[in-house]
Amino acid sequence: MKGWPAHLAALALTALGLLAATFFIGRVVPIDPVLAAIGERAPPEAYRTMREAFGLDRPVFEQFLRYLWQVLRLDFGDSILTARPVARDLLRVFPATFELATVAMLLGIGFGLPLGVAAAFWHGRWPDALARGVALLGYSVPVFWLGLMGLLVFYAGLGWTGGPGRLAIWLEDDLPRVTGLMTVDAVLAGHWAALASALGHLVLPASVLGLFSAAAIARMTRAALIEQLAQDHVTAARARGIPEWRVVLRHGLRPAAAPLVNTVALSYGHLLEGSVLTEIVFAWPGLGLYLTQALLSADMNAVLGATLLVGVLFIGLNALSDHLVRRLDARSR
Amino acid sequence: MSERIGWAAVGLLVALAVLGPWLGGDPTAQDLGARLLPPSAAHWFGTDHLGRDLFARVVGGAGITLAIVVLVVAVSAPLGLVIGAVAGTMGGAVEAVLMRLTDIALALPRLVLALALVAALGPGIENAVLAIALVAWPSYARVARAEASVLRQADFILALRQMGAGETRIVLVHMLPLLAGSVIVRATLDMAGIVLTAAGLGFLGLGAQPPMPEWGAMVAQGRPYLLDQWWVATLPGAAILIVSLGFNLLGDGLRDRIDLRSRE
Repeated sequence: MKGWPAHLAALALTALGLLAATFFIGRVVPIDPVLAAIGERAPPEAYRTMREAFGLDRPVFEQFLRYLWQVLRLDFGDSILTARPVARDLLRVFPATFELATVAMLLGIGFGLPLGVAAAFWHGRWPDALARGVALLGYSVPVFWLGLMGLLVFYAGLGWTGGPGRLAIWLEDDLPRVTGLMTVDAVLAGHWAALASALGHLVLPASVLGLFSAAAIARMTRAALIEQLAQDHVTAARARGIPEWRVVLRHGLRPAAAPLVNTVALSYGHLLEGSVLTEIVFAWPGLGLYLTQALLSADMNAVLGATLLVGVLFIGLNALSDHLVRRLDARSR
Repeated sequence: MSERIGWAAVGLLVALAVLGPWLGGDPTAQDLGARLLPPSAAHWFGTDHLGRDLFARVVGGAGITLAIVVLVVAVSAPLGLVIGAVAGTMGGAVEAVLMRLTDIALALPRLVLALALVAALGPGIENAVLAIALVAWPSYARVARAEASVLRQADFILALRQMGAGETRIVLVHMLPLLAGSVIVRATLDMAGIVLTAAGLGFLGLGAQPPMPEWGAMVAQGRPYLLDQWWVATLPGAAILIVSLGFNLLGDGLRDRIDLRSRE
């Protein structure tokens, strides 16, 4: 593994870039943090003492190092809104987002992969047109609007799904919090009514959010499979009399694994981001709702903490996918 | 065919943006006696919670959307173009540093950083444009660098160097015009994303401020009335969908035609 140190160094540099970005954003806030802490009528000595306590009299570079040290200790300061440490808030809200994004991802794979395979197999026929339509819609629809339309049709109109929130209100106090994932907690407690309610509330936001990854995965699968099916080894496999479905799955799809893993990892990162808007529409008490409430009240500690968390996960997924692709793709070795 | 639909949707956006003031009427005129009226002959798209005509507001939103898209591209594309062109033309350490920066910027979550930046700068349409532009430049830099590093070896550039042309002159006069084509295709592909991001910021209340008829903000205003007066949130959202669909179709068509190698 010759490239290891280089890849790790690149990862560290990217993380440093993220920290520089959040540090920069934290400094362009037009609110004076010292005044915000001690009030406008405080005497000048108190102002000076507080400023020194915050380290704001030090050079910018030193302030950045101080910021790095704080982040490394997971100290993001206190949130103004909840009056609790941001790190603890993030730990509390993250499972909801994780559950939503993961189920959305699974739906995206379950729907996008077969669609992409069908589109490549019947290249130029109606499944291809369907895949193209779904992909186009996934890239073009405003996710918050699709969520509202989903609520209008499937919740208010047809009554097929649960409404906003993660659980029916009368069940909320019944379920002890173990993992923070409603479905898992319901199974652990053996509370089947809660499980049904949790799934009913999960299916709509997860489908809305999953459409984007279904679009990306269908597009990528189609392109990769069409490229593979035109190769000589596929013609050779067909000539040997191997059944067509085996040819497609084994000789077409398997070599296409590398770009697919990459697409899945990237779109998982985008789902974490996209959950911000989805969570607001569905009143889903996760990272996105927390971030938005913090944004609207200029609670910068919470904003920057949540941004860092999304950013770290995003970078981590990128790096993981690069690593998997390198292992899968023999050509790039 | 689908590229034509794209042209039509984008053309409609431009036409509405230009003709809007004559076509739709005043998008901010309130009539509290005519609140939440359903679509009818008098109000084609119905009215909102302040009795404002929704057709006038959707038409009025076209200009805002177009302005945001144009401004974001006008800031981010030249920035990325220059960074990419300089990196590709100079090569060596300059290229290594600039492209490392670009890679870092590409690996960061764009939407969330834009959100945080707007929260820091304060809500408003100018800050929304600035925030979206500041996270959008890296893809242009990549495209421009890839082309410039091929062109660097071209005979006419070598000839220019031999004649003693300075690097600045080579980049500005000879490289930039040649890179513009692929950057324009990249920009068209990005425009749908810009429309969606701007609408998302508006929906969160961080973009255009009331009473501006911005589509994302209009969807948010219609949200409390969704179940009984569906048109208030639905129609502005449909406008966002049509415009971003148009930009996507147009971008795909242009890319296929110019055959820019870019994998999703």
